Amino acid sequence: MLLVVEQFLNGLQFGLLLFLLAAGLTLVFGIMDFVNLAHGSLYMMGAYFAATFVAWTGNFVLGCVLALGATLLLGILLEFVALRHLYNRDHLDHVLATFGLILFFNDAVRLIWGPAGLALPLPPWLTVPFQIMPGVYYPAYRLAIIVVALLVALLLYLVVMRTRIGMLIRAGASNREMIGALGINIKLLYTLVFGLGAALAGLAGLMQAPILTVQIGMGENILILAFVIIVIGGIGSIRGAFLAAIFVGMIDTLGRAFLPDLLRQVLSSAAASTAAPALSSMLIYLLMAIVLVVRPEGLFPAGRP
Amino acid sequence: MKASLNARTIIVALVVAGLLLLPVYTTLSGNMFGLTLFTRIIIYALAAASLNLIMGYGGMMSFGHAAYLGIGGYAVGILAHEGIGSGFIQWPVALAASALFALVIGALSLRTRGVYFIMITLAFAQMAYYVASGLARYGGDDGLTIYKRSDFGGLIDLSNRVQFYYLCLFCLFGGIYLIWRIVNSRFGMVVQGLRSNERRMQAIGFPVNRYKLVCFVISGTICGLAGALLANNTDFVSPAAMYWTRSGDLMVMVILGGMGSLFGPVLGTIAFLLLEEALSQFTEYWALIMGPLLLLIVLFARGGIDGMLGRARRG
Repeated sequence: MLLVVEQFLNGLQFGLLLFLLAAGLTLVFGIMDFVNLAHGSLYMMGAYFAATFVAWTGNFVLGCVLALGATLLLGILLEFVALRHLYNRDHLDHVLATFGLILFFNDAVRLIWGPAGLALPLPPWLTVPFQIMPGVYYPAYRLAIIVVALLVALLLYLVVMRTRIGMLIRAGASNREMIGALGINIKLLYTLVFGLGAALAGLAGLMQAPILTVQIGMGENILILAFVIIVIGGIGSIRGAFLAAIFVGMIDTLGRAFLPDLLRQVLSSAAASTAAPALSSMLIYLLMAIVLVVRPEGLFPAGRP
Repeated sequence: MKASLNARTIIVALVVAGLLLLPVYTTLSGNMFGLTLFTRIIIYALAAASLNLIMGYGGMMSFGHAAYLGIGGYAVGILAHEGIGSGFIQWPVALAASALFALVIGALSLRTRGVYFIMITLAFAQMAYYVASGLARYGGDDGLTIYKRSDFGGLIDLSNRVQFYYLCLFCLFGGIYLIWRIVNSRFGMVVQGLRSNERRMQAIGFPVNRYKLVCFVISGTICGLAGALLANNTDFVSPAAMYWTRSGDLMVMVILGGMGSLFGPVLGTIAFLLLEEALSQFTEYWALIMGPLLLLIVLFARGGIDGMLGRARRG
């Protein structure tokens, strides 16, 4: 029971983290029609910035806020210098260009911070276990991730559904030419959306950093997961990304936690322990393949963010 | 147009002649490293050419093409591990396994379009990657060492570098010839028509998905051959051969060379791998230069190398 609750919360936490990453990706994808493979690099940069700034300022929260700002600026700079010239190209050009950016960022990080990973130590007030139920303790930091991510999700929902900027973003997702024709400064909107996406990726990266090591290539595995999520959710749909992210986070975490035991019921112990990790890694892709075969446009097709 | 067309023909002719004569140079100079490097380049060029068939001519953007490299490689590796060393069994199995995989994922993936297609092919390749990682008997994550290269009786000795080089080159030219015949056949015309306007082709009465699927399977099979060659070249096969960045590399090679051009992928592969090699000699941080270079190529050199040489109407 204890394990179930804990793994359930882990799944929720991972899912929310994935949502932060996927939200930025789906916004950029849905509005600019831009495939950004370098989104994972921004996630990595967020983590590296956080590790640096926290060590520099000696204050966890201040360091994270600075890192968030730095990632936002980096995203805007990236959009301004290179990516905005690619919007009217086809997806393949996007893939090639941002693939180049991944190469660049990985080596730039290796040059600046060295090949070894960094650690982002938590302040003492975040390391205490938190009693969520009588007798059930959960790490305060993971709980903090859940709270922060939920708040950001709520904020994102309010911004997108209740503000003028959000209205423009939604309009951009359903018909780009039309909002341009209506006299909206699309370039500015695009830069803004890209910066927002970068900041969200950076936030996900810096929040994940204390749990895993900060290392080169950390953005690549999770980027693919984020892509899977936005494809399952339907490209451009934030609601779809949210649901798919929670779903994927749960499947991934629960699969890793319980599949080995489940398989042991039907297979020999040795066979189960080798098959289970592979199978649990595959589950997500299997889910995506099934969703795409049944609903080729994802669960929540765009136009309904 | 005439002049630029000639520049392109000359470059291709030079490259072909260079590839044919390379072993002569390396044997005379004793520079075996060049031969090893170019064997690898030729194998990747074959893989890139097969990707170009569906991407450049068929308009199907597969982001999971490295899966076939792995499947072809694992077919050879697993059979060798089980004591079946004959190339006459290993290679047909490698091709058949790749074809079967392409048939299954093609049948499912081709229901989707555009970015969704890119992503679903990626998903299937990642699944293959994780299956290979789970093969504990065959090395799992660490990969599988192949102690003996495929045995073709007395016909050809794969352990002889020059013979192996020419075998790879033969496969590359054979593959390109096959692609050339396909592209210029009625079947190829239909596939290219599909890339231009699928709806019209459907309206004319072509069974759209069946044509695409056949093209997809042919491409996967050719790439499976590249996989079998690659496994023999490195005497090793690992899940890393199927990782998504490898599929990305293949895409870069095709786009760099020029999509929908017959020799474009070969030029792209040579450029990409030579550049990688040269930059890594020059600095440990070669990707620091390679990355922005790719960005600049996309921004300023549309159509890749082939586009710069001047594009003919059709490859």
